Amino acid sequence: MLNSTHQKGFKEKALNLIILGLIFVTALVTYWLDQGYYVNLVSRVVIFAIAGVGLNLALGYGGMVSLGHAAFFGIGGYIAGISAMHFSESTSFIAGLDSTNQMLTIWLFVIIICALLALFIGLISLRTSGVYFIMITLAFAQMVYYFAISWPDYGGEDGLLISSRNQFLGNDTDNELVFFLICFTVLLLTVFLSSRIIRSRFGTALQVARMNDVRLATVGIRPYPIKLTAFVISAVITGIAGALFADLNRFVSPDMLSWQMSGEIIIFILLGGVGRLSGPILGATLFVLLETFIGGYTEHWKLFLGLVLLIVVLYANGGLMKMVVGEKQHD
Amino acid sequence: MSLLRVEHIAVFYGKSQALFDVSLEINPGEVVALMGRNGVGKSTTIRAICNLTPPLTGTISLNGKNLAKLPTHVVARKGIGLVPEGRRCFANLTVEENLLATERKGQWDMQKIHQLFPRLEERSKQSAATLSGGEQQMLAIGRALLTNPKLLILDEATEGLAPVVRQEIWAAIHRLRENGQSILLVDKTLKELLPVCDQCFILEKGQSVWNGAPQALTDDISSRYLGVST
Repeated sequence: MLNSTHQKGFKEKALNLIILGLIFVTALVTYWLDQGYYVNLVSRVVIFAIAGVGLNLALGYGGMVSLGHAAFFGIGGYIAGISAMHFSESTSFIAGLDSTNQMLTIWLFVIIICALLALFIGLISLRTSGVYFIMITLAFAQMVYYFAISWPDYGGEDGLLISSRNQFLGNDTDNELVFFLICFTVLLLTVFLSSRIIRSRFGTALQVARMNDVRLATVGIRPYPIKLTAFVISAVITGIAGALFADLNRFVSPDMLSWQMSGEIIIFILLGGVGRLSGPILGATLFVLLETFIGGYTEHWKLFLGLVLLIVVLYANGGLMKMVVGEKQHD
Repeated sequence: MSLLRVEHIAVFYGKSQALFDVSLEINPGEVVALMGRNGVGKSTTIRAICNLTPPLTGTISLNGKNLAKLPTHVVARKGIGLVPEGRRCFANLTVEENLLATERKGQWDMQKIHQLFPRLEERSKQSAATLSGGEQQMLAIGRALLTNPKLLILDEATEGLAPVVRQEIWAAIHRLRENGQSILLVDKTLKELLPVCDQCFILEKGQSVWNGAPQALTDDISSRYLGVST
């Protein structure tokens, strides 16, 4: 039994590397073939995967089914969009701050804003659980959504165009491969961070809190701050994904804040495997493949997505990762 | 000063009263047995001590400090280590992760737990769900000890285990006693329970009805309240 466990653990690690390797090679090959559209498509997969890895920390490991992560995804996008707009118009940012088009500065701002908002949302919503938690996170996200719609300065319902992608340390981010490499590096960092968190004492406590928070309390650990911290980290990662998504599309709109977006991030995780490190990457890949190739034939491609989701949930409860490497093993 | 003092507590589950008047006292280094038939309120008393089911009246104090209104995790941090009935390890974690999750500085560390239960070291990378019942119990005790509790509470620690494994658990309890660990024990097997404890408290219908040294527990008392003879 132990041997089989180790074999499966090894298989999962190998699969994680293969998935990341395939994404990297696909981007390189398509760029080499001068297929910029497909490089951007791979970047789209990578960005969705980052958002999924972020939510997976809260949902997969912490058991917090948040239907409000689009708020962080959208806020990340809007911060990138608003910053790019002010920079191109040479006007000052909110509250008299100088505008910037540097991604690192923008991400820092995304991290601060998303962390503060997640702290506020988490402080309230984590006092509940189950369906109430889902509804409260959804309610907060809807508030942000309607706020964005009713803010005409930044496009309101029409959204905001980004004339030129924000810059990364003097690199040409308009080059598809450069932008992909930035996204891919962020994905690697978030997967690494996620893996370290899960293996830490904090991550262990988080998983126990998901299983039984009363049992965690009887060994002297309060589940609430553990879950809150995970929720905040998860929101920050999703926010960074949103900032990258806005730059990828050179456009940000309230759609990024909609509950459908939250649902899609959950779908990445369900398809790939809840609480599996590479689950959201596999899920995001399948989602974008269906969106692109079946969506090319019919606008009702989500019908097929629904069928695939149904099959995965019914016959591979544990997502694609379970189909490929079996039940979840310890890292 | 006594380590734990439970005075006249009453506990309700909704509208139904489970404990009417329970008192007990544990001094430092003592092993105390909490006894009684099924359903008399032994586990409820333990839940009340851990504040999982707070008492409506009465007081519970640890080292003279009132535990009332303290949340369960604070009670645990004050020094109450619980090994719940049915073991309840963190099944999805490995043995090592189960232990590391609860470890706090003090006299008990991983090495000492491995000395007490060498099997846990052999199984350290194994999922807790794949352990035998006895090994899970060892893990549950190890996990509670790693919180370095002033008082260790063992609720039916040997229930449902094979005789050989039960002997191992009892041997470990004897070693803990020799180390000066204060323990509150709930168990039905008087043969093993009485030799290890310094004091016994018997509950009947949610009330304390008798307490004293195990030597004072006569056949008459045990058959009346426990349904067995010593």
